[in-house]
Amino acid sequence: MKAAVVLLPGLNRDRDMIAALTKIGGKPPRTVWQTDTEIPDVDLIVIPGGFSFGDYLRCGAIAARMPVMRAVAEQAKRGVMVMGVCNGFQILLEAGLLPGALMRNASLKFVCREVKLQVANANTAFTSGYAPGQIIRCPVAHHDGNYFADPETLARIEGEGQVVFRYAEGTNPNGSINDIAGIVSATGNVLGLMPHPENLIEAAHGGNDGRALFESVLGAAA
Amino acid sequence: MIKARVTVTLKNGVLDPQGKAIEGALGALDFSGVASVRQGKVFDLELEGADRSKAEADLKAMCEKLLANTVIENYQVELA
Repeated sequence: MKAAVVLLPGLNRDRDMIAALTKIGGKPPRTVWQTDTEIPDVDLIVIPGGFSFGDYLRCGAIAARMPVMRAVAEQAKRGVMVMGVCNGFQILLEAGLLPGALMRNASLKFVCREVKLQVANANTAFTSGYAPGQIIRCPVAHHDGNYFADPETLARIEGEGQVVFRYAEGTNPNGSINDIAGIVSATGNVLGLMPHPENLIEAAHGGNDGRALFESVLGAAA
Repeated sequence: MIKARVTVTLKNGVLDPQGKAIEGALGALDFSGVASVRQGKVFDLELEGADRSKAEADLKAMCEKLLANTVIENYQVELA
């Protein structure tokens, strides 16, 4: 699988993401910098987590206006798979590539722990390796993961199966509406999620529940 | 030079946990009768030139494109 990882100042989960993509995808991903206006021909573009531009203004707001994001939008429009994790999810929302917004956690606290996720839609390029409704473990680490969308948008994404991951079994760590942890675009090729599947891919992580997400993408790219 | 102030506030119906926490803290300071607090942002800008209608149009575009997230926020532009 050919993958590219977007690098922006203030991201800090890029190394973990690159390691996961290398281990599961078989070769290291390309990296693209915030000022790049073109992205090499790849199957998957990943925006990792962290605190791009210090979360100034709003999480992901500045990053979403960088030149590289115009290139990401063009590739997404062409049907290339795009995945944003944590800050990457916030950036995709701010860039308008996914609907809704992520607000401060209802608890006002940064949460760093493991949650349970329910695979709400296993019929996407990112989740086909999971069983429908499967409950998986996944770590979260964020301060602004409280998903919000207006009632009309919410009804639309729920109706179209765009909600792909939900916090399960009372583990919602942030007050997210409808327990939403991850969504895909209407076209299905853009995924944003708050949890970190790249941090649960091998025994050394204490589990490998995140691995099937990468394997799903690998299968879709083949 | 035109001075402007942009105020960004959360839309009605959008939960504001920070406003709620401030509301609670005001109660803890014995300020009674605070029915609600909503937190927002203020931007003070200085724009070159003297064309006020252009400034207003530019500021609205800045709000739409960056200063506000119109999914959750409203904005108001005032010229000094």
